[in-house]
Amino acid sequence: MPGRSLLLKLLSAVIVFGAWEIAGRIPVSYAFPTFLESMWALVKLTLDGTIFTAYAETLKPLVVGIVISAVLGIGLGLWIGLSSKFDWLFSPIFVVMQSAPLAALIPLLVMAYGIGLTSKVFVVCIMAMPVIVLNTSGAVRNTPSTIKEMGRAFLGSERDIILKIIIPAASPIIFAGLRLGISAGFIGAILAELKITPTGVGDIITYSRSIADYPSMYAAIFSIILLAVLFLNLLERVELLLFKGHNRGYVSD
Amino acid sequence: MSQIRDAHGRDDQPEVDNAVTARNVSKTYGDVEALKDLSLDFPRGQLTSLLGPSGCGKTTLLKIIGGLLAPTSGEVEVNGQTVTGPGPDRAFVFQDFALLPWANVIRNVAFGLELRGVARSEREEIAQKYIHNVGLGGFENSYPHELSGGMRQRVGLARALSVDAQVLLMDEPFSAVDEQTRRKFQEDLLSLVQHESKTFIFVTHSIEEAVYVSDQIAILLPRPSRVSEVIKPTGFRNKGTDNIRRDPEYLDIVDRIWASLRSYVE
Repeated sequence: MPGRSLLLKLLSAVIVFGAWEIAGRIPVSYAFPTFLESMWALVKLTLDGTIFTAYAETLKPLVVGIVISAVLGIGLGLWIGLSSKFDWLFSPIFVVMQSAPLAALIPLLVMAYGIGLTSKVFVVCIMAMPVIVLNTSGAVRNTPSTIKEMGRAFLGSERDIILKIIIPAASPIIFAGLRLGISAGFIGAILAELKITPTGVGDIITYSRSIADYPSMYAAIFSIILLAVLFLNLLERVELLLFKGHNRGYVSD
Repeated sequence: MSQIRDAHGRDDQPEVDNAVTARNVSKTYGDVEALKDLSLDFPRGQLTSLLGPSGCGKTTLLKIIGGLLAPTSGEVEVNGQTVTGPGPDRAFVFQDFALLPWANVIRNVAFGLELRGVARSEREEIAQKYIHNVGLGGFENSYPHELSGGMRQRVGLARALSVDAQVLLMDEPFSAVDEQTRRKFQEDLLSLVQHESKTFIFVTHSIEEAVYVSDQIAILLPRPSRVSEVIKPTGFRNKGTDNIRRDPEYLDIVDRIWASLRSYVE
């Protein structure tokens, strides 16, 4: 029932924004604006074009980082999942990457790669890649063994079995990893702009906070969340389009 | 009247044409001996069951014949050719169906042909024919999760038939479907054996099922596995599917097999 699920989504939005509005009106803190003030600030930022120039800057490391993470992450994940040698070699790196305190690593990145785009792309990748790699390799390794055996019994080549059996079987979890990785990448992009050099959306946040224009600050934060949500929804559509019969679990269940 | 022979001291009849021959096959997993020095012939055009208690290596033997496992020693010949891996002369039906959940019925049935590089229109035409043969006409575009267990196994069967292999390897194909569907399957299998000139190798743990469908039953005893006897029911095969279960020979054989297996069942 699409109508009902839409209704529930709207309801949940109303509850969250309502709570925000109330919290802002009490107020819980003088640094916490109401929802309506923040939205008004967002409209102003949009009308004077600030938000667009900001995103032109922020999207650079974000898009580059996410594309690298997705392509390299899925590639490495497949490799790790298919070969136990690679598993031993690479898995520890990504487990460490995932649990490392990123903020503490940023000064090292800046020393090595300067304050430009490279460092920021690195931050996005460090945030986004581990979960993509680990999900992909886990999914590949857990492909049900009987359908792989079926592929061999019906004379599938190694390549056929990877392309026609393992990857489609792993794709729901690969996509779940992509979603998690990409939302982590959004966090990474903003973190990079707050910690390395204030540009783009990070600049709006830093600057508005320094002049106590809290509605604008929250408007910027809200906009990045909105963008992330829209993008993740888009990804879900793509997944549904690519693997139609897929969101149903396994036949042998 | 049943003709019973010992597996090892067999009196070779040269006129029997064997599609598959296993010679002194052994298989060990580490220290565990799954199969030891097992020899067995599978006559062409007949259905041979491998029957035995669980852990007796019947599935292992089937996978060795299918080329999915390599024997530790000994060899399997299919039409005189030593098996070194899966081949176009053998097709597999799996216990848990092994269907692709993201593919609809027609793609699943045609998947064996797809892996052999048959063009799409051609393979779908062949698949269509076998979908009809197994009684799934109209379900071409359904996905496996929309089908019942019995229908899923019909898809698995159609896939195995559509690659047109001479030898059909069936690994407890009916164990995951309900009792009534299983009976229907057993009847269908009998007519399949009669109408398709294929050799069937059928793994089961059900004594009644083995006696009902088989031209030859090989009883495997465990630890380590070897063929303890080969039974060839002959008397009731032509009496019609409805009368088999009432036939005295059928009942005798079922009893005898149970008597010899009883002590191996924990």
